[in-house]
Amino acid sequence: MDALILSRWQFAVTTIYHFFLVPLTLGLSLLVAIFESRYVATGDETYLRLTKFWGRIFLINFAAGVVTGIVQEFHFGMNWSGYARFMGDIFGAPLAIEALLAFYLESTFIGLWVFGWDKLPKRMHLAAAWLVAIGSNISAVWILIANSFMQNPVGYAIENGRAVMTSFLALITNPNLPYQYFHVLAAGICTAGFLVLGFSAWHLLHNQDASIQLFQKSFRWAAVFALIGAITVGLLGDAHGKFLGKTQPMKIAAAEALWSTQDPADFILVASIDEENLENKFEVTIPSALSFLLYNRFSGPVEGLNDLQEDAVQMYGPGNYIPPVTISFWSFRIMVGSGLLMLLLALLALLQPRLKFLKQSRLFLKLLLPAILLPYIASTFGWILTESARQPWIVYGLQMVQDAVSPNVTAGTVLFSLILFTVLLGGLIGVTGWLIFTSGTSQPQPVGAEARVDK
Amino acid sequence: MSLNTVWFVLVTVLFIGFFFLEGFDFGVGMLLPFLGKDDNERRAIINAIGPVWDGNEVWMVTAGGALFASFPNVYATLFSGFYLALVLMLVALILRGVSFEFRGKRSGKKWHSLWDWAIFTGSLLPALLWGVTVANLMRGFAIDQDMNYFGGLLPLLNPFALLGGVVFVSLFIMHGANFLARKVSPELAQKAKQFAFSSWIIATVLTVGFLAWTFIATDILTKPGINGLIPAILAAFALLITGWLIRTGKSGWAFITGSLVIVFATLMVFAGLYPRILISTLDPSWSLTIMNAASSPYTLKVMTIVAAIFLPVVLVYQGWTYWIFRKRVEANPEKLVY
Ligand code: HDD
Ligand code: HEM
Ligand code: HEM
Repeated sequence: MDALILSRWQFAVTTIYHFFLVPLTLGLSLLVAIFESRYVATGDETYLRLTKFWGRIFLINFAAGVVTGIVQEFHFGMNWSGYARFMGDIFGAPLAIEALLAFYLESTFIGLWVFGWDKLPKRMHLAAAWLVAIGSNISAVWILIANSFMQNPVGYAIENGRAVMTSFLALITNPNLPYQYFHVLAAGICTAGFLVLGFSAWHLLHNQDASIQLFQKSFRWAAVFALIGAITVGLLGDAHGKFLGKTQPMKIAAAEALWSTQDPADFILVASIDEENLENKFEVTIPSALSFLLYNRFSGPVEGLNDLQEDAVQMYGPGNYIPPVTISFWSFRIMVGSGLLMLLLALLALLQPRLKFLKQSRLFLKLLLPAILLPYIASTFGWILTESARQPWIVYGLQMVQDAVSPNVTAGTVLFSLILFTVLLGGLIGVTGWLIFTSGTSQPQPVGAEARVDK
Repeated sequence: MSLNTVWFVLVTVLFIGFFFLEGFDFGVGMLLPFLGKDDNERRAIINAIGPVWDGNEVWMVTAGGALFASFPNVYATLFSGFYLALVLMLVALILRGVSFEFRGKRSGKKWHSLWDWAIFTGSLLPALLWGVTVANLMRGFAIDQDMNYFGGLLPLLNPFALLGGVVFVSLFIMHGANFLARKVSPELAQKAKQFAFSSWIIATVLTVGFLAWTFIATDILTKPGINGLIPAILAAFALLITGWLIRTGKSGWAFITGSLVIVFATLMVFAGLYPRILISTLDPSWSLTIMNAASSPYTLKVMTIVAAIFLPVVLVYQGWTYWIFRKRVEANPEKLVY
């Protein structure tokens, strides 16, 4: 194995770890701030207890999110110095701005939020909660500005063998960004919604006492949250797909395992893909449905991988420009499948207090606990789709992954760090998951308990 | 001043902020197992930096991001060249970063002592490695024509760099002890003061040695034009005063002069480097400078505007946080958060 493959593995493993934590931060920071707002507005102690109960989980997750994020930031210089040199003029800016605008905000105000319960007036404390939530979301915007450039380069020129920024405005108004950001935000809302639903359901099953009322409340809030998230994530994903049909046709062709151009194009439900011979051995299709997904009508050409490959050779010279099709195809289906399942579950959860058969069903509540994992699965495969269907490019059309890797870092060194990070961060995620689980299934503090989130 | 110089200065400022703020965090972390006898005391010590350590660490993240944005070649050369050192540092920062949060989430002696040691190691290693890194920056390393360093970790662990690492560790311990002397309850503060004085003695001996070696082995203090001599003298002077202030029990002032030591020492390094950023020991013309390593003028302009607007805002709200948490932390389990 060479340093390139190992560096790719390392980047993939550590970002996936990071993104195991990010969505919950995005969604739960909002939900906790909403709970605290209700408390400040109504004076209802239940909301204070909810704020603290879910705030505790938020904090555990946040700490792990921060440390995995730092690894990511160092990565671009450590493993991808070719990329940093070629792209730094453009890519460094959003990263620096993210730190300046978002990370300072998040980390400073989270300190105030945790330690400020008896030092700040109520409204100021609430403001800290919102600033943390806003900070997290600003951070997502800037990092996705960076990522959007890699998907869809805009506002640049190539000078002396490197990409330079020609328009900051173009960079931050990248048309890819709104789709990506709101899709990710909606994914975060789903993640928080399902986590709160799952643990609330656990309490509804196991608790008899007064706190049951508390979890009925969070159950209802979370159901709304999860439903909003699940609907938007699907709508935006669909819109994003249409957009990608224009900007990254190769990605769509890979996600659909479409080898030759069709008009109208069929949607392939499942397929057995043969990447060697550039064809599908077997497929189940819905006639014309892919054209419909991309154009909202049952006709319209969708270019296939083989034709796009020929175009790419024309444009960029000889080489293989077909991304890993099997991975892209199945990642897409896993993401969408989880999304549809989530939509169904969120809808049922919202109706649960009203539908008699659901209200009495313990099975439904039991199902909601493992359902916590669904958004995680969807997000992970979403990124795998986004990133691997961009191969072999690191920056679409501008730089290949093989030119991005650090020339001076040996395979042995990367293997060492890859194992170290995989084990250490894996263990860390394990501990985080376990702490979240024990917190989620622990008893909430009684009303009027000391004003602290932590123990 | 050209924008390239402006960014050199800004990066300097970010590193000053980082070493000054994380410096006492790291120091407090290293002191934790020795200063805190029982769980209450240890919690008091951790809580003294609890509200601020994360915000302090962002200075490092921002310094890294700013380096990337303004001098991408420096970021690429330094981070790929110092790969293994950075891996170690990341491991340490990972452990440290979660331990504050995780420690208090369960009870039990074993659980607590596990994370106490994670905090200790997680503070010691980065302090040491940053010292090693900075000393190597001062001395230069084998950067080739294409701005790459192929030497690996071992040449970076030369005696000069290791001494630099130990200097950082001792200064940060002193800095942390001075901080605690102001932040924890009186009995604990008394112990912190003693630690401050012994670490001051060690730090002074090491620093003087390091400065002498710097004078002989590098051009940081002697190169024509802008160099690090004046800040070096100021740093040494501040260090002497710090010792006297610690001795006479004025720990608040000692914390301030100790901070000045760190500020001037960082200034010394960057002034001595300017206009180079990474010195090549193979051929001076292969060094990375504020010109050949920089982003385009357009990017620098955009980033200057962004920094001019937002850095002051950050300073204001971080300063305000310190004001909110200005009181001493009592070793009272009812009142502690972590
Ligand atoms: C869509 C959102 C998103 C994405 C794609 C990424 N991150 Fe992230 N990052 C966040 C959203 C986020 C966050 C929500 O703001 C975090 C997660 C948990 C947290 O504490 O803040 C965070 C934390 C975080 C931190 C720690 C900040 C601190 O010290 O407070 C760093 C340095 C990074 N990230 C850097 C990166 C890099 C280099 C990425 C590219 C691979 C990346 N993140 C992907
Ligand atoms: C701004 C944010 C991001 C940037 C700049 C970015 C950039 C990159 C880079 C440099 C690589 C390595 C080169 C390669 O193999 O393609 C990569 C690969 C990858 N990234 Fe991202 N990434 C970002 C966010 C994420 C996130 C948050 C995830 C998921 C959790 C993710 C998932 C992956 C995966 C799975 C790969 C491996 C793809 C493959 O090698 O086939 N990325 N990305
Ligand atoms: C239900 C229908 C869904 C559709 C049609 C859809 C569509 C898409 C598409 C087309 C992409 C690729 C974007 C790109 O390559 O730039 C994507 C990426 C992604 N998806 Fe989905 N998605 C759906 C559901 C979900 C769900 C339920 C989640 C998580 C809860 C999710 C999380 C993600 C993430 C994190 C990414 C990577 C970030 C990005 O590029 O936007 N998706 N999705």
